[in-house]
Formats: sequence, C-alpha cells, structure tokens
Amino acid sequence: MNQSIPIRTLHESLTEAEREAVEAACSHYEQRPAAAIDALMIVQQQRGWVDDERLYALAELLGMSATELEGVATFYNHIYRQPVGRHVIHLCNSISCWLQDVGALEQHLCERLSIRMGQTSQTGQITLLPNVCLGCCDKAPAMMLDGELIMDLDKDKLDSILDKLQGEGNG
Amino acid sequence: MDKPLSSHLNIEQPQDIGAYQAVGGYQGFLAALEQAPQKVQQQVKESGLKGRGGAGFATGEKWRFVPMGDDAPKQKYLICNADEMEPGTFKDRWLMEGAPHLLLEGVMIAAYAIGASQAFIFLRGEYRLCARRLQQAIDEAKQAGLLGENIRGSGFGLNILLHQSAGRYICGEETALLNALEGKRANPRAKPPFPQVVGLFGRPTIVNNCETLCNLPGILRHGVQWYQQLSDSPDAGTKIYGISGRVKKAGLWELPMGVSAGHILSLAGGMQDGRKLRGWLPGGASTDFLLPEHLELPMGFDAIAKAGSRLGTGGIIALDDGHCPVGMVLNLLQFFAQESCGWCTPCRDGLPWAVEILSRMEVGKGTQEDLDELSRLCDFMWIGKTFCALAPGAVEPLRSALKYFADDFAEHVDKGRCRYRH
Repeated sequence: MNQSIPIRTLHESLTEAEREAVEAACSHYEQRPAAAIDALMIVQQQRGWVDDERLYALAELLGMSATELEGVATFYNHIYRQPVGRHVIHLCNSISCWLQDVGALEQHLCERLSIRMGQTSQTGQITLLPNVCLGCCDKAPAMMLDGELIMDLDKDKLDSILDKLQGEGNG
Repeated sequence: MDKPLSSHLNIEQPQDIGAYQAVGGYQGFLAALEQAPQKVQQQVKESGLKGRGGAGFATGEKWRFVPMGDDAPKQKYLICNADEMEPGTFKDRWLMEGAPHLLLEGVMIAAYAIGASQAFIFLRGEYRLCARRLQQAIDEAKQAGLLGENIRGSGFGLNILLHQSAGRYICGEETALLNALEGKRANPRAKPPFPQVVGLFGRPTIVNNCETLCNLPGILRHGVQWYQQLSDSPDAGTKIYGISGRVKKAGLWELPMGVSAGHILSLAGGMQDGRKLRGWLPGGASTDFLLPEHLELPMGFDAIAKAGSRLGTGGIIALDDGHCPVGMVLNLLQFFAQESCGWCTPCRDGLPWAVEILSRMEVGKGTQEDLDELSRLCDFMWIGKTFCALAPGAVEPLRSALKYFADDFAEHVDKGRCRYRH
C-alpha cells in the first residue's frame, strides 16, 4: 500500500452517507469487522473502486487494522483495489462456457476493445475481467455487465452490447 | 410425480407471499411451530434427507450435534449456504430466483429446529436477481408476521439477514464461510471444534445448502412417509439435476433421487448433432470423470461413489468429442488454482504446478516425466494431506482423466501436439 497518503480524519475520507451505511451494516452483526465486505461494497458502489485512503478510513470505522481489511479486500474477485472503467465486464471462463468455446468470444472482446484481459479500454469506458463460473451453465457463454448477468452470448450479441456502451462514451 | 421443489417455481415472476400461502406455503413452518424443536429434528432425521451442497451428509445427523435445552447457549445461528460457485452448477440460482419463499420457509424450519433466532443467507454476490427477490420475500414475510419476535404467538422469534459475498469459491466451504461472515480472510478452520458447537462468532451454528433447506417445507407439511416415497432409490426425496455442455437443451429438472444420468441426458435431448459423448462429470468440477458406459447408473450418493466418482451437486458436465480432455482438465485446474485460498502448501503450490504442466502439454511440449509428475501431484494433494477439500476436489477430475483419457495424454506427449487445436 502507498505509504505517502496524507493522514486525514474519517470525516474527510468518507461521506456522511457512506458512514451511516457502514454503521447500519455493523448493527447486523455481533462484531463490527463482520461488516467488512458490506463496507467495502458501500464505498465501491459510490466510487467505483476502493482506494488506500478509503481502506484506512473503513478499517478504523470497523475496528480492525488496515492490513486485516486489505487481506479481506484482496481476497475477493469483486472488490476492486484498482480503478476500473465506467463499465465492468466479467466474462465467465469456467468449464460450461469453455465447452461453448468462450475463448473465441474473449478474443473478440479483446480485439474490439484493443486490450488484454484485466485491462481498461483507452477511453476508460470498459474494464474486462475474467470470472469463475457464473452459474448460467445452461445458457453459456455468459458474462456479467455492471453486476447483471447476460447469457446466451455470441459475437453479434456482444457487438450490439459494445456498440451501445461505446456509443455512450462518444455522446 | 410430486415436485415439491419446483411445482410452484416461476422464474419469470416468482410467487409473492399471498400466492405462496394459497398453495400451502408456510404450512410446513407453522406445523413445525406446533411441535418441540427436537421433534422437528427427529422428523428430518427419519426422512433421510441428505445435504444437497455436494457432500451428501445426513441433515438430521448434522443438526444432532447442536446443543439443545435450557443449558444450551442462548445465541445460535442458522446459515443458508447459497454461495453456489461449483463450475457446472446452477440449481440454487434457479431455486432462489424462482421460489424465494420456499427457501425462506426452509430457513425458518431449520432455525426453529436448532433454536436459532438469527439466520443468514450467504449469497454469492454475482446473483443479484436472487438478492432482489430474496430481500423482497424477507420483507413480505416480516410484514406477514412470519419473521420477527414471537412468531404467531409461539414464543419463537427469528430474523433473516441476506449477506451478499464478493466472489470466492472457498467461501462455500462451511468453516471458510464462517470466517468470511466474521469479516476475516476466508481460510477454512481446523475441525474440531465443529461449527455445530463453536461456529459463527463462537456460537453453535448450522450451515445448510440452499437446496437442502428447500426440502424441509415438504417434509414438515406432508410427513416422512410422503418424503420417502418420492424416490424408490436408497436416497430419499427429489433432486434438482442439471446438465450442461454440448447437449441439445441444457437445463435443470426436478426428478426422484436416483434416476439415471442417461435419463437426464435424454431430457436434454441428447448430445448436439454431430457430437458424441466422451465422458461426464456427475456433479460439478470437483467430481471424477465417468464414461458413457456409466450412463445407466442411478444418480445417487452410493451408486456414483461405487463407480469411483461423487454425486456432488448433481449438475452434470458433458464432455463431447469436439473438445480435448486435456484442455478440459486444464480449464478445471485453472479454476481450482485461482480459487485456492493459499492457506496450505499442497494446494497453494500443487495446483499451479499442475496447471503449468497441463498448459505445456496442451501446446505439445509435455513429456513422459510430466505425466508421471501429474500422477505424483494427485497423491500429493489427496485427502489427509491438505487442510480442506478444495485440492482433493481438484484432483478428482485430474486423476480420472489420467485414467480414462490416458490415450489422449499420451498422444499429446508422443505427437507433440493437441489434435483439437488448429
């Protein structure tokens, strides 16, 4: 983690709404650290990702060390500790999608966006990430776009989704 | 036949609480409230219900270890394991999207049976539609007085909290799930102590799979005999079976426990035209391959175990003759290597090692020594040498592929190429 971040008070690092939402999450559990994932998600929903400053602030609010919270944050596939694009695509790469040749779709996505898996398109519009089995095996290949599942993918369907997203960017 | 899990399931528009109650919904829970919790436990034990999450442990037997009576700790927890992430498995999503009240009723019955006043549904974060529908169902149940304090004057109170996880396979392991729910890194815990005695926040805790819990309303409403006659196999009740891969119509069906895999494949319309079945995993990525000759086996816990595999989640993955068995195993092992929590050495180091070898083999650069090394790794990561069941689960498809698809592995080594790659 970056050591040079300025030490500021909680008040400045998190909005009042964020702090209230974290407090509400803490109230559901016997111990405050149990709300760690909820808290990280609250910040991520507001800001797109969780930066170091917010991580420190959340750790203090939850009564755990920043190292402990970092251990939790980095454990999960859907908590972003780096900035992501305005839209995030998680393409399923597990076995049922593999059997439907999802590899060709991945290649198509990467070519259209001119990025590799794990990167964000140059305009900052779309981040492409892999995902383990999305539980859509009967309608494979599948992906998640901004949290919603999209199934029965093929190149045409992908193209129309990308056209729409990229159209937004130019508009 | 009776389909207690899916007869009222509607994926487009699930029943609201009124519609659910109009067809007998929550009668199982209300019947439970009329009895002592131990009697509910007894019925579930007698029903023969076995866990549907993959391990197949008897549900009533699992509950039996929870301290009961006046001397028992006042705070206990019931957790629904809805962290469905076993590749090739999509049954719990179907149940939660299509019949959220059925799951809630199951949670209520289990919580009452073990004396838990707080329940959690541990849901994988990717299942957002499930989350919306479950939360709405929870709100409706609260409104109807089926959750909260002193439910229907019984003296029993219950709250259900929906916890959305953030995506990690190991959280489905029940002790890792407990750590996850406590806000810790989700490494598995040593057993003993078992969660039934020392679980979430140190309190007695039961973790049951989503589909398992969905079986409870029927048992409580219609009785043990009714439940047992649902299937004429050694395993009681019905099961949500599924199949995916290059079949004509992949999907899910509620069927009596113990129907044959061939029957499930026929419901899917068989393999796609021009494709032949080469092998199949009976219940998710962490089960051993079986062959077409095993298709007539009953999909029951014992029969599949006798054939050298596991029923697992009952979600069949079909390998067709247009895909490379070595490539399939590589894909499976990549999954397990990524999802290893890194806690114990055989799993943390062994799985990436296997992936490295298989990757080499797929591009035609594998050697005979590599094949021997894969066999050694299977032994190195087997039960008893790892902290939890993740690595042994990964070994299952690997070791069975080495056995059943030995010719394919040998061809990769001998010819220095994969015939499926252009």
